Amino acid sequence: MMTTFARTDTSILGHWWWTVDRWTLAALTALIGIGALLTLAASPAVAERIGLQPFHFVYRQFAFLPLALAVVISVSLLSPRAVRRLAVIVFLVSLTLLALTLIAGPEIKGARRWLVVAGLSVQPSEFVKPAFAVVAAWMFAAQRMDDSFPGNTIAGVLLILVTGLLILQPDLGMAAVVPTVWFGQFFLAGLPLPWVALLALLGLCGLVAAYFAFGHVASRIDNFLDPSVGDSYQVTTALKAFNKGGLFGRGPGEGTVKEILPDAHSDFIFAVAGEEFGLFLCLLLVALFALVVLRGLTRVLQQNDLFVLLAASGLLAQFGLQGLINMASTLRLIPTKGMTLPFISYGGSSLLGLALAMGMVLALTRRRVGAGGLL
Amino acid sequence: MMGRRPTALHPNPWENGGLRLEGAAKQAMETGRNRLLITGFLFAVGFLMVGLRLVEVSLFQEGTESRLAGPPPTATFQMERGDIVDRNGVLLATSLATASLYADPARVLDAKDAARRLVQVLPELSKAEVLAKLQAKRRFVWLRRNLTPRQQYAVNRLGIPGLYFRREERRVYPHGRLVAHLVGFTGVDNNGLAGIERYFDDALRGGTTPLTLSLDIRIQHILHAELSRAMTEYEALGAAGLVLDASTGEVLAMVSLPDFDPNQPGAAGDEARFNRGTLGVYEMGSTFKIFTVAMALDAGTATLDNGYDATEPIRIARFTIRDFKPQRRWLSVPEIFMYSSNIGAAKMALDVGTTGQQEFLERLGFLRPARIELPEVGTPIAPSPWREINTMTIAFGYGLAISPLQLANGTAAIVNGGVLHRPTLLKRRPDEPVPGTQVISPRTSEKMRRLLRLVVLEGTGKNAAAPGYLVGGKTGTAEKMGAGAYLEKALLSSFVGAFPMTDPRYVVLALLDEPHGNERTFGYATGGWVAAPVVGRVIERIAPLVGVAPVDEDSPELREAFYVNLDARGRNLASF
Repeated sequence: MMTTFARTDTSILGHWWWTVDRWTLAALTALIGIGALLTLAASPAVAERIGLQPFHFVYRQFAFLPLALAVVISVSLLSPRAVRRLAVIVFLVSLTLLALTLIAGPEIKGARRWLVVAGLSVQPSEFVKPAFAVVAAWMFAAQRMDDSFPGNTIAGVLLILVTGLLILQPDLGMAAVVPTVWFGQFFLAGLPLPWVALLALLGLCGLVAAYFAFGHVASRIDNFLDPSVGDSYQVTTALKAFNKGGLFGRGPGEGTVKEILPDAHSDFIFAVAGEEFGLFLCLLLVALFALVVLRGLTRVLQQNDLFVLLAASGLLAQFGLQGLINMASTLRLIPTKGMTLPFISYGGSSLLGLALAMGMVLALTRRRVGAGGLL
Repeated sequence: MMGRRPTALHPNPWENGGLRLEGAAKQAMETGRNRLLITGFLFAVGFLMVGLRLVEVSLFQEGTESRLAGPPPTATFQMERGDIVDRNGVLLATSLATASLYADPARVLDAKDAARRLVQVLPELSKAEVLAKLQAKRRFVWLRRNLTPRQQYAVNRLGIPGLYFRREERRVYPHGRLVAHLVGFTGVDNNGLAGIERYFDDALRGGTTPLTLSLDIRIQHILHAELSRAMTEYEALGAAGLVLDASTGEVLAMVSLPDFDPNQPGAAGDEARFNRGTLGVYEMGSTFKIFTVAMALDAGTATLDNGYDATEPIRIARFTIRDFKPQRRWLSVPEIFMYSSNIGAAKMALDVGTTGQQEFLERLGFLRPARIELPEVGTPIAPSPWREINTMTIAFGYGLAISPLQLANGTAAIVNGGVLHRPTLLKRRPDEPVPGTQVISPRTSEKMRRLLRLVVLEGTGKNAAAPGYLVGGKTGTAEKMGAGAYLEKALLSSFVGAFPMTDPRYVVLALLDEPHGNERTFGYATGGWVAAPVVGRVIERIAPLVGVAPVDEDSPELREAFYVNLDARGRNLASF
């Protein structure tokens, strides 16, 4: 139906269709589709194990999938200026909610990350993350264009605020991703190289501090360095799953790791994919993530606006980093870090947050004539 | 919006001196684009690494299942617990893989229907119990341990979801009650609870080579059969028996009756599980005279040529020592032994003295628990203080309680040339020397063999004769202690013998607890009447198995060898 738009169609949708990156859109749709498939594969076993209806997670996720697609498309219709406004609003609201979780959030698995709103549990950090990337991009770009504007300082203060709240949750995975993306944006905004080295060093110190401050971080890193020490059961099981799957997988529903791994429907869903659908599907997933990120960055290269460049690449970096970290820790390339696989893992907030982010990426990377369209 | 401050005073390191606004924006975009290429490159490398790693773990991961086709791995059935076999390799205890049935109640769709159908297949289960288990709010309930393959098949055929099997091991004793007291048994989790199973629990766990016992199941069977028959015939409470290798101390057979089925140890009472052979200690009665006479001969206080006056009972303190069948005359040492004179034995022991007797019994190992590979070993009951009266009563078997194993092992030392061996339930290697201690001289041992033979030829043990096998031995009849006094009607009747007496190879002991005389025994329930025939028949049956050939007992050489001068004062008697 989409292809029926004529090249000369000047309606909003027609214009959108010819200016949006259809490859990225297709890749995202494919990711969402595979995510649905894997939720079907992995989540019933988990639901059953914790005493829920087998399709508990499936129903919930499937309710969110069309919503997510709708968010992607409708946000991608926006102009860069509208994207910025939307991001600011989302940032302010979700930051407030994030602070609220510390007071009103129920404690689940030792963390306060959720808020129950009208029967739905919302994880505000999933929305803070993309909105903050856009806000930070705005600040960096503003100071770069007008040195009298203290954009860098504002971005820094906001970073400390957001990261602090994330550590308090505690959600160390995101608390590591957000500053990394912020640093990446700062780097793109032209941060002098000595400063780059200094900040990188600071980040490293942060990691070392996390090692000593949080017992589970230390144990996971120790474990990664020497798998014979301590309990590396989960990641060993995950690795075995890939091996069992081989090239083509054992077939849908034929996997066994989902019976064992506690987070088979979220953090370890990649292992379920490997066991049941094999190497080819996993490589397809990696290729889709790579396509979205690299093609997105290529599109960004063609932009003439610094804000657009910083915002889009920040959002893409967030998306790519999260995917890489999830896949790499499942494959024991890096120490285990609980992080969801974008669009694949179970989670409504995560899905909608990502839909918002990718919708914004699509909106920012639409073909425009000149930079004047922005401001 | 893009108004810029002059930068002369505040040189901004980000700018390379671009003066024009357009130039600054361009410059920023240029830097951004260049650095974006670096970012993109890093991401590309990251995705590439993940992809390569994926290929590696999916196809080439070491230490896991090979992707290459090869011969299917042969299933090695590693049992958790080693087998126990007899000296000829006959299986006495083994482990069988069985399936145990359990349920995950959350996965059982229709508990009522499942319970009804399950009980049809496994009728020993209670329907109400099964239903309660299937409706439990748990994820694991045992329904039935150790199913037979047939039962497992039947349960599988029901096709009830939520029922599962777990592979387990079950200990099986093919010979059942025949070796129950020796081999022992295990609990539901396969830990040894009694007998060899308990004594060697650690060795049996994970043991791959079977544990070889000294037992010979054929001899065990014969001893068991003969003792059971006597127990029934004389309506005895219980019985015990032993066949011991006289030169190595190996136990070839040991029976304790009543017994139990080790496959269902829980069904047996304490009485049945009690091992009379090693755990029970008894005042043995006249069989003890073997040791009294051997002690006196070895000490030199008595010889085969002198004797003691047994005309009158001995009165000491409030006790009277009298003979069972009083001869009321002077008796030579061989006569004392042959007629089993208590008076004579008591006097012989007095001549050796209390210390000498204690030392001698200590040397035979009668004053401490027997050392054998069983947890069930009784401690002897010795008098304390050990007075002269005790020395006299112990001389004919009262006042010191020892286990049948100790009695048999002591007898072996007396007849085998005087060497005491440690009794064992493990098969000795034929080439390894058997440790032992000399307790009497070979000459004394030789004399004792003649005396023991005399008892079977002429004395109280005639019923133990097994023609051709040169049986020698000694009867024993003890009154059991009951409520502070000895009970005349409650006897412990025994016979301990050895064969062939020219060079004894095996010691055989039979002991009956409270036998009752019948017509065939003219009402007697003494060792000579009830226990001696058991030993005779056992020897008759096992001799061909152990390779002892019968001889002509009337040959002049053998008459000569067992000649005993009964009357030291001129009344000679050739005894054979």
